[in-house]
Amino acid sequence: MQRSRPVGDVLLHVDDISLSFGGVQALSGVSFDIRRHEIRAIIGPNGAGKSSMLNVINGFYHPQQGTITFMGQTRKQMRPHEAAAQGIARTFQNIALFRGMSTLDNIMTGRLLKMRRGLFLQALRLGPADREEIEHRAAVERIIDFLEIQSIRKVPVGRLPYGLQKRVELGRALAAEPTLLLLDEPMAGMNVEEKEDMCRFILDVNDEFGTTIVLIEHDMGVVMDLSDRVLVLDYGRKIADGAPDAVRQDRRVIDAYLGVSH
Amino acid sequence: MIYREAGQFKTSYAADQAVLPIRQDRIAMAAVLLFAYLVVPLIADEYWLRSILVPFLVYSLAALGLNILTGYAGLLSLGSAGFMAVGAFSAYNLAIRLGLPFYLYLPLAGLIAAGVGAVFGLPSLRIKGFYLIVTTLAAHFFIEWLFNKVPWFTNYTPSGVISAPPMIAFGYEFASPESRYLLTLAIVTLMTLAAKNLVRGALGRTWMAIRDMDVAAEIIGIRMLKAKMLAFAVSSFYLGVAGALWAFLYLGAVDAQAFDINRAFQILFMVIIGGLGSILGSFLGAGFIVLLPILINNTAPLFGGAIHANTLANLQDIIFGGLIIFFLIVEPLGLARLWQIGKEKLRLWPFPH
Amino acid sequence: MDLLFFSKVVIGGLLSGVMYSLVALGYVLIFKASGVFNFAQGSMVLFAALTFVSLVERLGSGAPGDMIFWIALAITLVAMMAVALGTERFVLRPLVNQPLIVLFMATLGLNYLLEGTAQAVWGNDVHRLEIGISDRPVNVLQAFSFAKPMPAEAPKAAPGAEPAKPAPEAEKTEGDLDEIKVEAVDAGTEVAQGGLLVSQFDLFAAGMAGVLVLGLASFFNYTRTGRALRAVADDHEAALAVGIPLQFVWSVVWATSGLVALVAGLLWGSRLGVQFSLSLIVLKALPVLIVGGFTSITGAIVGGLIIGATEKLAEVYIGPLLGGAIENWFPYAVATVFLLFRPQGLFGEKIIERV
Repeated sequence: MQRSRPVGDVLLHVDDISLSFGGVQALSGVSFDIRRHEIRAIIGPNGAGKSSMLNVINGFYHPQQGTITFMGQTRKQMRPHEAAAQGIARTFQNIALFRGMSTLDNIMTGRLLKMRRGLFLQALRLGPADREEIEHRAAVERIIDFLEIQSIRKVPVGRLPYGLQKRVELGRALAAEPTLLLLDEPMAGMNVEEKEDMCRFILDVNDEFGTTIVLIEHDMGVVMDLSDRVLVLDYGRKIADGAPDAVRQDRRVIDAYLGVSH
Repeated sequence: MIYREAGQFKTSYAADQAVLPIRQDRIAMAAVLLFAYLVVPLIADEYWLRSILVPFLVYSLAALGLNILTGYAGLLSLGSAGFMAVGAFSAYNLAIRLGLPFYLYLPLAGLIAAGVGAVFGLPSLRIKGFYLIVTTLAAHFFIEWLFNKVPWFTNYTPSGVISAPPMIAFGYEFASPESRYLLTLAIVTLMTLAAKNLVRGALGRTWMAIRDMDVAAEIIGIRMLKAKMLAFAVSSFYLGVAGALWAFLYLGAVDAQAFDINRAFQILFMVIIGGLGSILGSFLGAGFIVLLPILINNTAPLFGGAIHANTLANLQDIIFGGLIIFFLIVEPLGLARLWQIGKEKLRLWPFPH
Repeated sequence: MDLLFFSKVVIGGLLSGVMYSLVALGYVLIFKASGVFNFAQGSMVLFAALTFVSLVERLGSGAPGDMIFWIALAITLVAMMAVALGTERFVLRPLVNQPLIVLFMATLGLNYLLEGTAQAVWGNDVHRLEIGISDRPVNVLQAFSFAKPMPAEAPKAAPGAEPAKPAPEAEKTEGDLDEIKVEAVDAGTEVAQGGLLVSQFDLFAAGMAGVLVLGLASFFNYTRTGRALRAVADDHEAALAVGIPLQFVWSVVWATSGLVALVAGLLWGSRLGVQFSLSLIVLKALPVLIVGGFTSITGAIVGGLIIGATEKLAEVYIGPLLGGAIENWFPYAVATVFLLFRPQGLFGEKIIERV
């Protein structure tokens, strides 16, 4: 797959992560890395721990064991706003948009970390606060153009169809100008055209901005076409990790999906 | 026909983001303000100014404060009466003990209330949703107890009822109903504009994000501590100033009943009926609750005779309770939403769709 | 520290805590079944008490008679069930899918509606409520023969019977009570007399609560309807899928809570007199629920006991340091501490958030 930027050095390294809660062992001793500018897929049967892995990277879940090394800094667990501040953004399996707000406002929330003007200035909407609003509005409009959602700018997201909501959520993640983008089943519930659009967006984001992308996806066709490397999880364990073709033919992966007991 | 946006193109983000982007809205707002500032003082009699308009404005400010906390930030609170009390007593003590003029003691009282609010808002970091009521109730009862027990706050007045000192600024005393009305109006206008700017800016979006899905809000990097503390602080500032205005410009005195738990419920009702998460809604709700008893009283003769005070209170309770249930079932977003729907219909009028 | 005095305070607190538990029970029932915090429980309690008292007044015109008591009770019970079922049908059902805060606010509105109606119909005055249990102190220790027999000067204070039996009201005179109290004070503390004086009424209330709890617990755990209730509480949709008649279950729950409200109303009404502030009891129930857990009947009882006891203890021991009357906010402070460190209460279910 032709890339404008070659895959770089290791951006995030996850080492021997184990996670359990409420009696469920979600992850056991998982280790892998993510390289700059690459598109990495995480696949596996339902309940394999894929979303949990993303939640650990994000800082929403705290693993009982293991470390996370991001941009050279190693730590036992992330905190959500730390992760966000350092340039990690994500979308969710079940769409975590702010239902009471419009598309525009939702994407604007992605810019919140970059908005610096204080309380008093905002209240008076004077000079600096006003300029800042407009500056970020311009940035958000670029994303809206990119994702082709101009017509639904002012619509409250609760009223949008599923496919569009997913796009808005992607927009919100992009608004933060992330270094690492985590996408949790971005194409779930979409038809063929919507999937093609989403694939195009993902490739464009990676191409234009060099954003490293990790995506959880069930559609094998998409995974094979898009990704540089694939990580396979099953019952919280890593069972394969490599180029898409190699993984596809791996005996263990086939067994996991077909449900052969092991 | 009249309420059409046709021909109004926004050519800049600034124009699109203005407080009132539609020209007809701007005209309407200008008209309302002109009427309020110029016409009302001339035509309204003392009863209206003293007993209806000023309380309406003060209640609107209080409802605005609670709306910021509950409607925009989604933090349910029954502590509003307590914070109003803090504002009132702070203002009183600042005025009596330090002799400050009102344009100093009002904002200071607000700041003190903001501080108290932020402190009592700390539990909101761990406690979510409906359970927050408990901590805000704790705040209310504690504050009520404090002002009752510690005579320093009331300047050792034996009866516990404090009377407000006159409001003087630049040598002019605000004593007449007209001047008090205009002063209240000015303060409320200013604070409403500030609130509007806050909620449509970054802070407002932060609050609404917390309200809608705090998990996602945290993940996009919002600092919960700061955002929630600010919500409590700003809300309590508004409530504090409202409390001070209530004591000084409306009643002229503060007694135990002024800020009891029923007041907190009353303000919550205003916010629910008027519309959660709406600046306009705060005003509509306040207006509704101020005018309802008058309406009942005046229509009583139609049903035969004046209404006994008790019955009036009971009727009010029944109507409020019934209306709240009605609104929540039919239109949970309150009067403000009905207003919005009305405007949308107006855009199409006289065409049906 | 005076141990017996301490025990007296604690027991007094526990018994008043039982009264709180009774009110909390009504909440737990509703919360268990529909996840709603029924703010209107307080006004339902008031409504029950007011209806009963007014019926007694109008039917009996003063003459005490057992028949009137039971007739009024029966009518009130029917009225309570009607109110409860009406609430379920007209307020809760239309709001079935709304977030909890909306439901809570609806019950808040309902509270005002019921309160206003009750007072509009029956009047705003305070009424005395007699249910035949006197407030006469009972010497608990002596009754259990733990202490030496009481000296002859205070014979009236020692009924020597089982504490929970309701004594016939008629022969008690005002004089008795005064004398007992005076003697107790004169003698220093009841301790000197060799006994621990506890109000007979409080003991009766405790007994009633115990009966109710046992009944409800058995109902929930051992009957088919009880099982259905628990299923509904866990997951509405799953319960529907399995064929449980949701509406029927909810009606049962609300009707039961009406019954509980009635019992609580009668007991509280006798204790405080029937007046509008009865509905403020609801606010006291909140700390009880938080300490005990919103979803547990045991929790309601234990929570009530804890709040009652700590409230009295705080008032007696910490109160004087701060000027007294701290029982207004102390339970809320306790509740806040619980919310911070153990939000599900002592017996509630732990909530795990998943993304």
